[in-house]
Amino acid sequence: MKRFTFLLFLFLVAECTIAQEYFPKNDGVKEQNNNYTALTNATLYVTPTKVVKNGTLLIQNGKVVASGKGVSIPENSVVIDLEGKHIYPSFIESYSGFGIEKPKRKGGGRSAQYGPSREGFYWNDHIMPENNGISSFTYENKDAEELRKLGFGVVNTHLMDGIARGTGVLVALNDEGNDAERILEDQSGQFFSFQKSVTSNQSYPTSLMGSMALLRQMYYDRDWYSNGNSDTKDRSLEALIENKNLISFFEAGDKGNDLRADKIGDLFNINYIIVGGGDEYEAITAIKHTNAKYIIPINFPEAYDVSNPYMAKYISLEDLREWNQAPQNPKVLSENGISFALTTYDLEKTSEFSKKLQKAFEYGFDKTKALEALTTVPASLLGQSGSLGTLEPGKWANFLVTSGDIFDTETTLFQNWVQGAKHIINEINTKDLSGTYSLSAAGKTYQMTLTGEVTKPKMEVKLGETEYPSKVTYENNWIAFSFEDKDANEVYRGTALIPSKGNIISGRLVLPNGLETSFTANKTGEAKKEDANKKNGKEEKPEVMPLTYPNVGYGFSTLPKQQNVLFKNATVWTSEESGILENTDVLVKNGKIEKLGKNLSAGGAQVIDATGKHLTAGIIDEHSHLATLAVNEAGQNSSAEVTIEDVVNPEDIGIYRDLAGGVTSIQILHGSANPIGGRSAIIKLKWGKNAEELIYDNSPKFIKFALGENVKQSNWDSFDRFPQTRMGVEQVYVNYFNRAKEYEAQKKSGEPYRYDEEMEVLVEILNGERFISCHSYVQSEINMLMKVAEKFDFRINTFTHILEGYKVADKMAEHGVGGSTFSDWWAYKYEVNDAIPYNAAIMTREGVTTAINSDDGEMSRRLNQEAAKTIKYGGMTEEEAWKMVTINPAKLLHLDDRVGSIKEGKDADLVLWTDTPLSVYAKAEKTMIEGTIYFDMETDKAKRSQIQKERSQLINMMLSEKEKGGKTKKPMKKDRIKFECETLN
Amino acid sequence: MRIFKNILFASMIFFGLQLWAQQTPAPAQSETIILKGATAHLGNGNVIENSIIVFENGKITNISGPSGPEKMGKTINIAGKHVYPGIIAPVSTLGLAEIDAIRPTRDFDEIGDFIPNIRSLIAYNAESKVVESMRPNGVLLAQITPQGGDISGTSSIVQLDAWNWEDAAVKIDDGIHLHWPNTMRRGRWWMGEERGWKPNKKYEEDAAKFHSYIANAKAYGKSDPASLNEGFKAMQGLFDGSKTLYFYADGEKEIIDGITSLKESGIQKIVLVGGYEAYKIIPFLKQNNIPVIVDRVHTTPNADDDDYDLPYKLPKLLADGGLTVSLNARGQMERMNTRNLPFYAGQVIGQGMDKEAALQMITSNTAKILGIDNSYGTLEVGKSATLFVSEGDALDMSGNIVTHAFIDGREVSLETHQTKLWKRYANKYGQETEE
Repeated sequence: MKRFTFLLFLFLVAECTIAQEYFPKNDGVKEQNNNYTALTNATLYVTPTKVVKNGTLLIQNGKVVASGKGVSIPENSVVIDLEGKHIYPSFIESYSGFGIEKPKRKGGGRSAQYGPSREGFYWNDHIMPENNGISSFTYENKDAEELRKLGFGVVNTHLMDGIARGTGVLVALNDEGNDAERILEDQSGQFFSFQKSVTSNQSYPTSLMGSMALLRQMYYDRDWYSNGNSDTKDRSLEALIENKNLISFFEAGDKGNDLRADKIGDLFNINYIIVGGGDEYEAITAIKHTNAKYIIPINFPEAYDVSNPYMAKYISLEDLREWNQAPQNPKVLSENGISFALTTYDLEKTSEFSKKLQKAFEYGFDKTKALEALTTVPASLLGQSGSLGTLEPGKWANFLVTSGDIFDTETTLFQNWVQGAKHIINEINTKDLSGTYSLSAAGKTYQMTLTGEVTKPKMEVKLGETEYPSKVTYENNWIAFSFEDKDANEVYRGTALIPSKGNIISGRLVLPNGLETSFTANKTGEAKKEDANKKNGKEEKPEVMPLTYPNVGYGFSTLPKQQNVLFKNATVWTSEESGILENTDVLVKNGKIEKLGKNLSAGGAQVIDATGKHLTAGIIDEHSHLATLAVNEAGQNSSAEVTIEDVVNPEDIGIYRDLAGGVTSIQILHGSANPIGGRSAIIKLKWGKNAEELIYDNSPKFIKFALGENVKQSNWDSFDRFPQTRMGVEQVYVNYFNRAKEYEAQKKSGEPYRYDEEMEVLVEILNGERFISCHSYVQSEINMLMKVAEKFDFRINTFTHILEGYKVADKMAEHGVGGSTFSDWWAYKYEVNDAIPYNAAIMTREGVTTAINSDDGEMSRRLNQEAAKTIKYGGMTEEEAWKMVTINPAKLLHLDDRVGSIKEGKDADLVLWTDTPLSVYAKAEKTMIEGTIYFDMETDKAKRSQIQKERSQLINMMLSEKEKGGKTKKPMKKDRIKFECETLN
Repeated sequence: MRIFKNILFASMIFFGLQLWAQQTPAPAQSETIILKGATAHLGNGNVIENSIIVFENGKITNISGPSGPEKMGKTINIAGKHVYPGIIAPVSTLGLAEIDAIRPTRDFDEIGDFIPNIRSLIAYNAESKVVESMRPNGVLLAQITPQGGDISGTSSIVQLDAWNWEDAAVKIDDGIHLHWPNTMRRGRWWMGEERGWKPNKKYEEDAAKFHSYIANAKAYGKSDPASLNEGFKAMQGLFDGSKTLYFYADGEKEIIDGITSLKESGIQKIVLVGGYEAYKIIPFLKQNNIPVIVDRVHTTPNADDDDYDLPYKLPKLLADGGLTVSLNARGQMERMNTRNLPFYAGQVIGQGMDKEAALQMITSNTAKILGIDNSYGTLEVGKSATLFVSEGDALDMSGNIVTHAFIDGREVSLETHQTKLWKRYANKYGQETEE
């Protein structure tokens, strides 16, 4: 690679005018031009922070020779006087698809494709590190021009498709040169994302967690392959090995994915340059902790059109806020010392870049930082600090000539020089016409005023007090205008060449009747700076809504704190031997249940009078799909390599709603798309905390298995994935566990082995280190799985759903497996035809540890009522019923030493109820986790009115934005996916 | 032929078993029944402690306190228990599907946009295992309703213990069900559109289609002699008030647009179904005399910023505003969940609603809305003896233990496919099944 750069360098020193020196030339004769160009008397930004007044920039053959003050100008120099003008290093676009066409989506067949479409490459089509952007690169003059207009001189581009995308190209936007000159790097880096390729229909991965697992396995396989362990050829892995030392760019796309990409990088010692999503300000501490460098889009959302209140109501506070808060992202990032480049990527129109950048300035983004984020930072991210980003000697002569401060809205960008080639954006010698004129035309004298940007003046024409609507254009020193006498419905058109000196403009006038005559305009004075008022207005900082935790409706403005609390005189449902205790006090200290008894002294703890109320342990839902961004990795019949812990979503409003229903812990299970599903996340519902903080410390390890109709894919048209029958399901397990045993043996043997994340997980199961919670319905399959486990000498931990558990409850008790079931669901598919609501009671009486679960965000928030149904169906006692949503699920999750009952020393995860907790009339008044109150009915009331207030404030702001002529978009409501086992996502 | 015979034989066994699984409908009431000693919740807001309820030939002939008249007949002592009118499930698809995922069992959604002539009654499966599972929870009547499309069809009201649909019918072809268009439209992401809800550009156009269909139906009624258009014919009762229009809408604007337009079309009786935002326009609904059948209260709020308990308290908000409110069980797995109707009323009580007023939302209010209040919905002399007895508070899960249920005076079986399996396996393990 080094060598290649060197060669490239050799070609390029010869520079534009003489192309490659060893190429024959037949359309003329070969001549050289080694003259210098000296740009003098400019305000010269050698770097974003090194500014030289009256500086000189001396360039030759596309490179900077000297820059600064006291530069001696050689005799053979073309000197350009730039008095009053500014020179900046030009911008670098570090993330783009410039010149590399995105492939079209491949039309899909009706049934899923599980295998790869390629041979001799990686087993997954979405891994394409062997793609080299250079091989499909075509320089696009039009796109180059658009970027140059915005000030960009160099672009880093790649094929934007797939999870591993291959290498990119670094290109100078030099229209004068050809690809041999302007391509600065053939392999500027390699590129990754979580998004599948559109060129293949291979199913895997169907989820974000699947993408993550795939990337991890890809790196494991790279290392294994590089040790020469493979008997077959894999061009993808070979490319990955060859490119190992290239810079890796990762398109993450939002704050959560930034962290996910970083997590993968940490595992393999890769410092990804992360392409963010613009919402990093919401999780700035975690973003900072990644220590990664970022490329940040500034696609700030437009305001919603909220003029119709019936439509406005559909927009969530979260989305309203995003409009208001997102423009602070660059400011927040830079204030936190995070190194980032800005990109035009993700903008609907590239041309909006300047406008969006101005918005960031309004929000307080520092202009010097902005200049760095467009020059020195991207140069350094690209490893090109030696040749790009500043105007120090030896670097590429890539620079901008402007009329003033580059980020001032009034400033005109005149020229964008790339590799020493001048590209004109606006005529530099354009005379400033602004002023007031007396216009004599067709026997009348009008007052004419010209204002605004030099090259884009605005015109006003008046006769006495009457204003005549008018238009004007000014190009190549020619002015053309028209104005209309509305009353007479007459249009006058004029055109004139602007003289280089003097204050008189005269030219041709076309009268309404078509006759041609002449006009004269005499300058009578200076025009008032039209933007003076507007500018003052702009300096006023926009009102930015404070962030909440999480930054959605019902978030906390400050995180609640752990406190010592004495619940006084409650009816305490212990979920222990002691049963239900009347008039009892519970003392909570340092997040634990300190003491349980009568007439306890508070000793400084806050006293909550619980007279007439009921205190219980927090409800635990063994089977939930809340608070996750994905449920199923459905691309294969086993997906043990994925884990829900990778995709926990702490911002799901379902968390808050569950708290309001007295739930404090949930197991987020993988779905039931495949016999061997993914690993669980077991979390506490600490609303406002981040994903890592929600997950239990030293969490017991769980994995989801599934049986029956879903894994057979019986209820939709899918006929080509094994298994299609319950007979096949057994063989999937037997096969995987056989392989896991072989894998473990190989691993222990000391021989080289291919690290396989999926097998690692299965080995954990065999060794009793990871527990299975298995989705199950009919007795045959329940029995089968127990027998498979016994054959491999381990035990199934939990059968979840287990609607025919009552038919094999004796066998379950003998095996030692627990049951986590619905209270009364049935009739929704064939395999639940024999589901009965007496199931929980029968299993309990047979000695099976039984829990009532939800699998549903609605039922989850009233599991207390579902537990009560076991009293109706099967005659459980109140105590037995209550245990089914507290200590029993805690036992099933191996958390009963920490949660699930009111016992001294356990976590203070408590709920104060208004009524007996099994009643449909009961409401959770306070829900506490580890001594911190996360839900309180009173606080909830305050939050409701706060939401209403903030919504109306934001809606008013959007209305005034629309009035001011700002762009708006239509209201929209997010599609909230209600996850269940069967959600294929 | 032999094969055919074998198949026939096999299927006879199969269907035989299926039939065996169903409970036999009770015969007509032959002797006077006296229910003694329970707390009677009349369904009209009143309660009689220690009550005596007498019914003969299917009709209630006495309901009073302990000092009521002595009657000869079968006396059932239910002291300490509670009696309630049979719960009525409005806008229900009970009996129109057996197993949700199995297409051959689904009969509630016909194709076509405007098909008022589609009649639910003839597809109602009186022997459904799901239907029989209603009775042990006190749900004894239902309005069987086609769903889907714009005008889905015509409903009928049935009682839930019958040999066939004809015997089950309580009120035939009582109403037409109309689903008003939505101002928001969901992006068809599976077709490459952006996910999420966006304004429906065709809302006005969609609404105009309803207007046009109804205007044509009305004009048809005046044609003489009428040409044959079953759809228009089915609509006629709406203009003379003999049929009710069930109008499904949730948004404030949709409700206002729909009701205004339907009233202008000359439709006499309109009932709002759903009404998620009805609480914002109570005066409008009151002024137009519109009752509301609120969708299942056990649901999550539609919007993230909504009160977490909005679906729970919506019926109360409407009732507090003076509207007639009833509860339905529509939603996910709605057929099997219909047995939870009493608990939906219980949920509203949890929000501060008076207990007897909440009971009305699943009994007398529903009867009134469906137009069967002359016979059903309350415990009153002269009305049908359609009622049930519960060990405890029937609106709370742990209290709803139904010991007796009567439809038109007939004591119906409380056994189901589920209780049989329960007993079968409890017996296997030597567990008790007495409650």
